[in-house]
Amino acid sequence: MQQNQPCPILLQMKNISKSFGATRALDNVDFELKKGEVHALLGENGAGKSTLVKILSGALKQDEGSMLLENFRYFPSSPLEGKKKGVSMIYQELNLAPHLTVEENIMLGKELHSWGFVQRKEMKRRVRDALELIHHPEISLDIPVRKLSIGAKQVVEIARALMEKATILVMDEPTSSLSQEDSDLLFQIIKRLKAQGVSIIYISHFLEEVQKVADSFTVLRDGKEICSGNMEDTSLEELIQHMVGQKVKEMFPQVEHTTGEVLLSLDKLMGNKMQAEVELNLHCGEILGLAGLIGAGRTELLRTIFALDSVEQGSIKVAYVGFSKGTPWQRIKQGMGFLSEDRQREGLALSRSLTDNLTLSNFSPYCRFGFLGLKKRNEAAQDWIQKMKIKARSPEQRVFSLSGGNQQKVALARLLHQRADILLLDEPTRGIDVVSKSQIYEWMGQLASRGKAILFVSSYFPELLGICDRIAVFHRGQIIDIRHSSEWNVESLMVAATTGKAL
Amino acid sequence: MKRKKRLQGLIGWLAPFFGLILVLAIFSSIPEIQDRFLRIANFKSVATQSVIVALGALGMTLIIISGGIDLSAASNLALSSVIVAYAISAGFHPVMALFCGIVTGGLIGFVNGSLITSLRLVPFIVTLGMLGIARGIAKWIAGNQKIDAPLTWVNELMARNPRPSWLLMAPGVWLMIFLAIALAVVLRYTVFGRHVFAVGSNEAAARLCGIRTNRTKIIIYSISGLFCGLSGAMQFSRLTVGDPTVAIGLELDIIAAVVIGGGSLSGGEGSILGSMIGVFIMAFLRNGSTMMGWPNYIQEIIIGAIIVVAVSLDQIRHRRER
Repeated sequence: MQQNQPCPILLQMKNISKSFGATRALDNVDFELKKGEVHALLGENGAGKSTLVKILSGALKQDEGSMLLENFRYFPSSPLEGKKKGVSMIYQELNLAPHLTVEENIMLGKELHSWGFVQRKEMKRRVRDALELIHHPEISLDIPVRKLSIGAKQVVEIARALMEKATILVMDEPTSSLSQEDSDLLFQIIKRLKAQGVSIIYISHFLEEVQKVADSFTVLRDGKEICSGNMEDTSLEELIQHMVGQKVKEMFPQVEHTTGEVLLSLDKLMGNKMQAEVELNLHCGEILGLAGLIGAGRTELLRTIFALDSVEQGSIKVAYVGFSKGTPWQRIKQGMGFLSEDRQREGLALSRSLTDNLTLSNFSPYCRFGFLGLKKRNEAAQDWIQKMKIKARSPEQRVFSLSGGNQQKVALARLLHQRADILLLDEPTRGIDVVSKSQIYEWMGQLASRGKAILFVSSYFPELLGICDRIAVFHRGQIIDIRHSSEWNVESLMVAATTGKAL
Repeated sequence: MKRKKRLQGLIGWLAPFFGLILVLAIFSSIPEIQDRFLRIANFKSVATQSVIVALGALGMTLIIISGGIDLSAASNLALSSVIVAYAISAGFHPVMALFCGIVTGGLIGFVNGSLITSLRLVPFIVTLGMLGIARGIAKWIAGNQKIDAPLTWVNELMARNPRPSWLLMAPGVWLMIFLAIALAVVLRYTVFGRHVFAVGSNEAAARLCGIRTNRTKIIIYSISGLFCGLSGAMQFSRLTVGDPTVAIGLELDIIAAVVIGGGSLSGGEGSILGSMIGVFIMAFLRNGSTMMGWPNYIQEIIIGAIIVVAVSLDQIRHRRER
């Protein structure tokens, strides 16, 4: 960009396709990376960005297509081989050994030694050089990595990649968990790396940030490459237009419901995992959507409300009764129900039966002197299976053998069975089929019409617009704006979520 | 500021000793046993008694740092001691007999490591299986009874009053000290030592950095097996017979020593010095309690409590660090 002579092309990915089962994650994608450029890879959640870089790093193998690295055929069999060829990845979840020191982590797997004994002095010198190269000599080499801040950990990872003589550095959402200050430091490092001829593939949802650091971009949507070009010649609005595209209109069953009094109100609520205070009112019979990017703090808010994380400041009021501390057990007694975004690990007991899962949070109807009425419990489960149209052979069937959509219905049915009045739903439609989705939308409407209050977290804007009464947008832990759904559209939601500024 | 840091460093280095010093201080302040407890002869005998558990704990330290566990250590020890006795009674040269015993231990460790890595089973399950298998083989070889072996110099390895007398302590004690230092050096100053910590701290990251984690684990379990074999040889030396039912439950003492010494069962943490201190805390407690005439069950209760207290103190210290 700075110089006018054309930069040589470092990496070419051609006609890359990859399917997982029936879903086509990548469809004939082309991708080119020049030497010494920062190339942004953009797209909505699930557009195929991660799959593409995983193929590049060697963690996944493409079904079709080929790659050329410095004009040689490149077909890494593992991330390790990718690294040896100069492709290093900095993952969202950092890959450091927490107990080892900074120096030990950076030199891990490439220790200098004579007769098996480590040459500590020489290694320290090299590590110090590497840290100085990215202008972070202040990081002490001898402290265990677990004591560093997230930002410093990232610096360590970058130093390690440099040590491996990386020519391509892939950064997947590097700033999502960084403070503004740490992000700025990262941008400076990126500039220096660029000057040293390292090419960087930069994945991020924060568009303004991308515009600051990237030279060029490629947009993916639904596994297809939509367009690529120079960052300078493209406006934010154009980028968003490319990412969102012309969506096919989806069917959102509408159920009449009216909102009543305030049921849940959050007063300057701050939890130990939250980034900022949140104020919010949720009414009876209301579906309130929480929009935002992954990591914007919505999940943390729900977990704090449900007492899975601890409240540090402020209070939660249910029907005007305020409280702050508590346990999930108490919250259930207060009429709350929580649906985790991690269905597999938190939402369900996968190896147990449908009946067990459905009734886990409320045994009381079948409980006598501490004994369970198994028959009655099974009948109730059978009832829910029919009501919720769950496709299962019997209530005894174990949950892991159900499809994703049916599993989610079981998880939802549990909240209904426990008669929750306030439903905290975290990504209830993620990864499930269209039919189940539309059924879930319909229930949400019905629940609202019966006066229940729903807090609905989703990263998929059209569904929020389709069924919510109001939508609040989160950006870096803060609520940017709350409006009626009719006053939002996909573009304005995207702008608010990615830039933190409401149009 | 700098001075404060240095002081903190010193305290950090001394912290593992506090438990041991406390135990020693308590028993030496009780007038009834004071003079008997503080005698050099008593220290020598405690040291000799500790050799068997200590050798096992050295190998176990490696395993626990790497995030594993070895429940078969005591069975392995018994099997090795039976092999040594069997070989000597069959007329082998004592050196050859010792060699056979130690190699048997190493082999069991190698099998443990290979099964853990190739079948991708958790170490708890594999070594729980091996606990039964090794004990069974030991009983089989010994014909379900003790093997008597003629007295040789092997039996002097654990003698409280060694010959020549300038040795001061049993050769087994010297061996234990030497091996502890050697293993501490390996852990601290070699590439292999770093990899042991890396595998225990974050196995995925270690693999990604090009460490052959499976190979590292097999080596760790093999080394630990060799230590168990050596420990078994010492057990034979002390008993002068090969007893397949010896050391039942001793694996838990070994694990306890490592854990008291700061080893974390989730891996990445532990030290040779710590484990050795753990061994001696338990040994002096037993010694002192016996002198006091406290029954066995009191000792068991105290040691049980110490495990819980030591580990929780360790955790509090870690939480403060953060």
